Amino acid sequence: MPIADYFPFLPPAPARFRTEAGEPVYGMTGEYTTAADAYHAAEHFRDDGYTRWDVYSPFPIHGIEDAMGHKRTHLPKLVAAGGFTGAALAFWFQWWVGFDYPIVVQGKPLSSWEPYVMITFEFGILCAAFTSLLSMLALNGLPRWHHPLFRKDRFLKCSDDRFMICVEAADAKFDPGRTRALFEKTGASHVSLVEDE
Amino acid sequence: MSTLNPDQVTAQRLAGALGAVQRENVGDGSLIEDPSVRPPLVLNDREIGEITEIVCGYAEGRPGRWWLPIFLVTSTFVGILLVMVSYLIITGVGVWGLNNQVDWAWDITNFVFWIGIGHAGTLISAILCLFKQKWRTAVNRSAEAMTIFAVICAGMFPAIHVGRVWFIWFVFPIPNYNWIWPNFKSPLLWDVFAVSTYFTVSLLFWYMGMIPDFATLRDRADGRMRAALGEGRKRLVPDVLRGYIFGFLSLGWRNSSRHWHRYEMAYLLLAGLATPLVLSVHSIVSFDFATAILPGWHTTIFPPYFVAGAIFGGFAMVLFLLIPAREVMPGFKDLLTLHHIENMAKILLVTGMMVGFAYSMEFFIAWYGGNEYELYAFKNRATGPYWWAYWTMISCNVLSPQFFWFRRLRQNPLAVWLVALAVTCGMWFERFVIIVTSLHRAFLPGEWHMFFPTYVDILTFCGSCGLFLTCFMLFLRFLPIFPMAEVKAVMPQADTHAHH
Repeated sequence: MPIADYFPFLPPAPARFRTEAGEPVYGMTGEYTTAADAYHAAEHFRDDGYTRWDVYSPFPIHGIEDAMGHKRTHLPKLVAAGGFTGAALAFWFQWWVGFDYPIVVQGKPLSSWEPYVMITFEFGILCAAFTSLLSMLALNGLPRWHHPLFRKDRFLKCSDDRFMICVEAADAKFDPGRTRALFEKTGASHVSLVEDE
Repeated sequence: MSTLNPDQVTAQRLAGALGAVQRENVGDGSLIEDPSVRPPLVLNDREIGEITEIVCGYAEGRPGRWWLPIFLVTSTFVGILLVMVSYLIITGVGVWGLNNQVDWAWDITNFVFWIGIGHAGTLISAILCLFKQKWRTAVNRSAEAMTIFAVICAGMFPAIHVGRVWFIWFVFPIPNYNWIWPNFKSPLLWDVFAVSTYFTVSLLFWYMGMIPDFATLRDRADGRMRAALGEGRKRLVPDVLRGYIFGFLSLGWRNSSRHWHRYEMAYLLLAGLATPLVLSVHSIVSFDFATAILPGWHTTIFPPYFVAGAIFGGFAMVLFLLIPAREVMPGFKDLLTLHHIENMAKILLVTGMMVGFAYSMEFFIAWYGGNEYELYAFKNRATGPYWWAYWTMISCNVLSPQFFWFRRLRQNPLAVWLVALAVTCGMWFERFVIIVTSLHRAFLPGEWHMFFPTYVDILTFCGSCGLFLTCFMLFLRFLPIFPMAEVKAVMPQADTHAHH
């Protein structure tokens, strides 16, 4: 995820390509009607060595990670860290309160740790759950309510029943002619340029 | 604005001008006898776009004539609830019938009842997700919604039963002038943390599941589609407003595969976290009772027994609400098939027998344990002054699910609905039996009292049912009630290797 996505006020990188009207180009999109077509097209883009491109689909296509050749996310490690931090914090706090405001319950020593297990567990789960949602969003560069693709009418169908591949102009391998040829070879329809914002 | 316009039919479909295509429902193809063939999860050969059409149609179009009358009745009960709770707070807990030794009665019965209902949502979402049960997609969104609404109802009762509700913040470890901390060794405090964690995590889970569906609703509310077309259907909420609301809630979701990858991982992790959570919450609720020394409460079977009961009661509530919804909402039957209902009926049968086993095991241990107080408590349950509550519980919870041994009854929505209704009542009685029959005969005969509900007790409970149903009616009307992306992903069209 380009970190600059989060900071739209930073000066943009100079556009590599411009349309005939002089607008900077964000990328090129092509449309597919089935998940299978998009999947097999993705394999071609992967094999051609593109790096900054993506498949847009109304549902997660099973196995698309392999077809796109991208790595497993680090999310589980973050979630584990969040969960254990929360659990440790909760346990430490209860332990500290047990001495700061001592209440003898059923004659047990103040240092007994067993009653603290429940809240330690619950708070660990709570922190892990928040980490899971928030780091998923952060790694995806969301929330981000603006994007060049949203300016494209046909892109709206990707949340309904269409599949789209977009290759960014920032990709080193991007070339208007060759990329368009690859789209056409993989059976894409409505191949077109997307203007940057 | 770009000059590219989608072809006219697609534009009309996106604008919702065509509506979902209604098809003749020729039998229910989901009931395939051959065990080697997986029954379809979506009937009538629906296309992917039709799923969008059906589900968004509920949130965008006008509901049927049934919606408003039901909503008015349920929201009247919300009004009654507000009056009763205000009366309670102004006057004191003495307006309830628990003005004697039976100092936990309908309040805590209702609390445990609602929190139990709230378990089905996370169970369906999380545990069935981990077990890769694809049929969960038909019911998980509405079951998660029920979880949220039921936990809201549940959380209200402990808060108002303390009497001076303005001191309820004492249960949270907030630094205060007196430097007093809550007692972390008390099961009641564990309960506060368990229920509030459960509510928060369920809410996150529910919301996260809806992000892609909000994006679909956002895209359908987009003005460009409408401008290309002219006008669509008349709608209650204007498109521009809906575009802003769903646009905000969808957080700019773009359906990118790189995003989906992390999203699916996060969803799986949340499911993995919610599974032990859902088991822990009702266990901790049962500690409220099990750590007391009162005969009838002081048993080690309580945690698993409560969890099984919660799953049982939760599934019953899911069936109780979704079977009527299936009848009145167009296209619902294609997504929630008889196959789904049959699966849930089987779960009711299994968990009903677990609960029945727990009931009998309690009696066995009371006798085998040789403690005369314990034995008396259980004899008193079955034959004492509250015998009618005990036998209502047994007939609703243990006997009524036995009908599901018969395939014809599992596949008959009316029969399943009636059993679900019986189980919902039975589970309320289970909590009443546990709480009141144990408290009304404590160790000293001087503490022996009967509990009779007052009209405030009764109307507060009816009001909480009204609150639950009102929230559910609003959910049916305004939110995506099926997880569109997940339903699409389990359809045959999602298979990338079928067309080689």
